[in-house]
Amino acid sequence: MNATTLLLTATGTLGLAIFGLLAGLWFMGIDRVLAARMQARIGPPIRQPFIDMAKLMVKQNVVPANAIPWLFNGAPLLALASAITILLYIPMAALPGLPVLNLHGDLVLIMYLLLIPGLAMVAGGLSSGSPYATIGAQREMVTMIAYELPLASTIIAFAWKLAQLDVATPFSLASVAATPIWTLVGPVGFMGLLLLLATMILVAPGELGRIPFDAPEAETEIAGGLLVEYSGRNLALFSLSLAVKTIVVTALIVGLFFPWNFTDIVAITCCPFLAAGANILFFLLKLFVVLFFSVTLIRISVARFRITQVVDVYWKVLGALSIVGLILVMVDARI
Amino acid sequence: MKLSQTLGKSLWAFLFNSGSCNGCEIESVACATPRYDIERFGMKVVGSPRHADVLLISGPVTRKMAPRLRRVYEQMPEPRIVVCVGTCGTSGGAFYDSYTLVGPVDQVVPVDMYVPGCPPRPEAIIDGVVKVLARLEAKENAAS
Repeated sequence: MNATTLLLTATGTLGLAIFGLLAGLWFMGIDRVLAARMQARIGPPIRQPFIDMAKLMVKQNVVPANAIPWLFNGAPLLALASAITILLYIPMAALPGLPVLNLHGDLVLIMYLLLIPGLAMVAGGLSSGSPYATIGAQREMVTMIAYELPLASTIIAFAWKLAQLDVATPFSLASVAATPIWTLVGPVGFMGLLLLLATMILVAPGELGRIPFDAPEAETEIAGGLLVEYSGRNLALFSLSLAVKTIVVTALIVGLFFPWNFTDIVAITCCPFLAAGANILFFLLKLFVVLFFSVTLIRISVARFRITQVVDVYWKVLGALSIVGLILVMVDARI
Repeated sequence: MKLSQTLGKSLWAFLFNSGSCNGCEIESVACATPRYDIERFGMKVVGSPRHADVLLISGPVTRKMAPRLRRVYEQMPEPRIVVCVGTCGTSGGAFYDSYTLVGPVDQVVPVDMYVPGCPPRPEAIIDGVVKVLARLEAKENAAS
């Protein structure tokens, strides 16, 4: 790696980090306003998450006497850093130079990286020395194990389809984005893909720890669970990592299922900047639609699952659903 | 950056029942319903005292709850605001001479604002929190 690519990578990382934080907080504000409107409330201003972060940053940062300080303070940093790292592997809006680490990772790596913010929260929870946080940490581990199965079978379906078409790098998200999966299958495979899309829409709230899969943080039962002892700056860092992760998970669903760009639908030939701008706006719109259906709508419609029900839903219902989807995609290739 | 600028627009409250009849809790929780909607002002109810800016205490303090109330107060990160909701917490109310009581809330933790009423209406609780914020701001201005 020479100096120019190193500089470009560093700039790209910084830019993506800023984009991830701002867009993530903005989307969280939109989510809160929409949730309020659905409950016939007026709701907070859209910039509310920014105000919350500013407040948390200047509040006192308590480290409990029982905690292990280096782990307790390190876990939020690790969560935020790993969430930003995943952004480097996700293609966005066909922008040149994205993903920043194009040649170094694929869907399997993204799957593993998605675990790290959760694991950081588990480490932070266990190191805070509170029984509530310990319960929350155990539940978070169980949730992570639970949503791996449907997530993995969805990704296998994509990679299998691309490998069958002799694409050179079937596990790369860039090749998925280059060939929209819906155009590769017949009617049976289309049904399978719909099942896989439904699975991913329901995996997203589990990844993000939102209702109905927020048993690890259940604030009415275990007082905030993993985050019970966190305050001030550390709590802000965890919220920021959740904001970035919101962008990551929705961008992953968009990248897998809706990779079309605005310029694919309406050709803009006059100037490249206009095309790029239209693509970025269209990408944000796609993120918003996915966020609305997988986070806002679901969390307003249903109550929280118990942790046993979380495992049941992810393994029995969504596991079965995603495997049926995978089989349908495979059957489609035979007929 | 002055804390009161952001604190005023993002108050997170923790409800603490130190021996109340649940009347004040019902009115406090009613503040979050569509009719009163405290989220308009950025306020929300949190599940842990570590996340909280405001401690809403209802009820007279019983002997069992006094050390717990003290502990919860100490667990809150600075700056912390204590609002005492209801007549019982303010003065002991109907139970003022009960043998099970340590006393009103201010015998155990320092109180910034009292909201009287049995139970007070949700508007009164919101008003109390807003008034204590104004006081906090005045104190900050005097210090700087």
